Amino acid sequence: MKLWDKLMCTCRRRSPWLFHLNTGSCNGCDIELVAAMTPRYDAEQLGVRLEGSPRHADILVVTGPVTHNSLEAIKTVYGQVYGPKAVVAIGSCPATTNVFIDSRTLDGPLNKHIPVDVFVPGCPPRPDAILQGVAKAAEILAARGNNLPVEPVVMPLVGPGCGGACACGNVTQSVESNAAESGAGHE
Amino acid sequence: MNSLIHSSLVTALARLLIFPGLLFAVPAAWFFLWVERKAVARMQGRIGPPFMQPFFDLVKLLGKSTPPRSGVSGAMMKAWPLIAVSAAAGAVGLLPVLPARGGFEGDLILLLALLEVPSMCMIAAGFSSRSIFGEIGSAREAVLSVSYNIVFLLAILSIAAAQHTLSLSALALLPPSLMRSLGIAAILICLPAKLHLNPFSLPNAEQEIYSGPLTEYAGPELALWELSHGLEWVAATGLVATLLAPPVAMWWVGALIFVAISFVIVLLLSIVAAATARLQIDTAVRFYWQCTLIFAVLAIASTLFARWRA
Repeated sequence: MKLWDKLMCTCRRRSPWLFHLNTGSCNGCDIELVAAMTPRYDAEQLGVRLEGSPRHADILVVTGPVTHNSLEAIKTVYGQVYGPKAVVAIGSCPATTNVFIDSRTLDGPLNKHIPVDVFVPGCPPRPDAILQGVAKAAEILAARGNNLPVEPVVMPLVGPGCGGACACGNVTQSVESNAAESGAGHE
Repeated sequence: MNSLIHSSLVTALARLLIFPGLLFAVPAAWFFLWVERKAVARMQGRIGPPFMQPFFDLVKLLGKSTPPRSGVSGAMMKAWPLIAVSAAAGAVGLLPVLPARGGFEGDLILLLALLEVPSMCMIAAGFSSRSIFGEIGSAREAVLSVSYNIVFLLAILSIAAAQHTLSLSALALLPPSLMRSLGIAAILICLPAKLHLNPFSLPNAEQEIYSGPLTEYAGPELALWELSHGLEWVAATGLVATLLAPPVAMWWVGALIFVAISFVIVLLLSIVAAATARLQIDTAVRFYWQCTLIFAVLAIASTLFARWRA
């Protein structure tokens, strides 16, 4: 029995199927999510499959600042995903409602309505950050099974503009210094 | 007499459960599903899923909860994937990989019937799910199956008529001929539609009608559908491999050739799937009724002509 649990844990970690839910996003994060499936990032290496039906999915990937219109849909789709399931909030909108804060058309942030496992910050986040978030969510899902998430994980910001929060800070700096040297800096 | 019945029962069970039945067919189904996904990924310039991916997917799906289903339609929805898996496993078990052992006159007809059952189950499952996407997918599957099955059955009929037999092991033992290759070409053209691959991936068209008939399935039931799809791969490619493989004396060489030919066909179909886009339903139906039917009619006409001359 213990062996079976161990096997199940591995399989849940290695086979996260996603369902993508847009709750009024500007389409920026959606494009980045699709970019994560393309040959350059190739999410299928992690066993990721973008499913058409929420019934098939393990991880609900939510973009957008949660508009009043989408609220019912969020609850329905969250119920349609069968457990064990995890939720990944992509971008700054579902986490904080971003620049739309205090708008009368919004009912965010997302974790007011459904339990969120992983927040991937960025506006939009880079595809590699999204992949990192999905991999983290799969890990959490494998560990906790059918239990509810305890504390949402906030992933570190990745890529240009992260202020050196990630390992790639050096790369962007050197690119900038190269640009400055060649006299073709930012306007 | 009693011992003869006993031994034939044992060989039948061994064929169903061990080789080429479940014990061989389930890992082979995983392997073929992996080859399909990997080949498509390589064609798209990606690296693709790890080798164990179909296994991970299946075990993970087995560990998920299932939607509560009640009433007659709920019971039917639970039954369809089970029937599909058992029929596909039975079809694999009938393949004459070890020609000297087992097989009977007319098992070709049984094989064709069993090969058709998973697709029928899928049509029924889509309609009993009451999902609009399931119903569209089922309708497409039904239309497509009427179109490709005419060609498929005519092609197999032409091969069987040329050899004067309806026994699979007798067909496997005969040497390949020109007439047979015409029939095999027609069968190969039907396989993408039978296995729901591009350019005939209409019933389960993702991004278009979600997952077609399987939209409402989750957890272990979906795992059974995945398994039945994999077993269909093994059975369909195995049928072509049976017809193509030259007869050899040693049984293990025969089994190896069988697996190798199946692998090549899987690779071929995956490459075609990666290189093409999905057709519209009317184009797909026209393709089978207008372009491919000629092949099948030619095959059966030449067979009948040859029989009449002889």
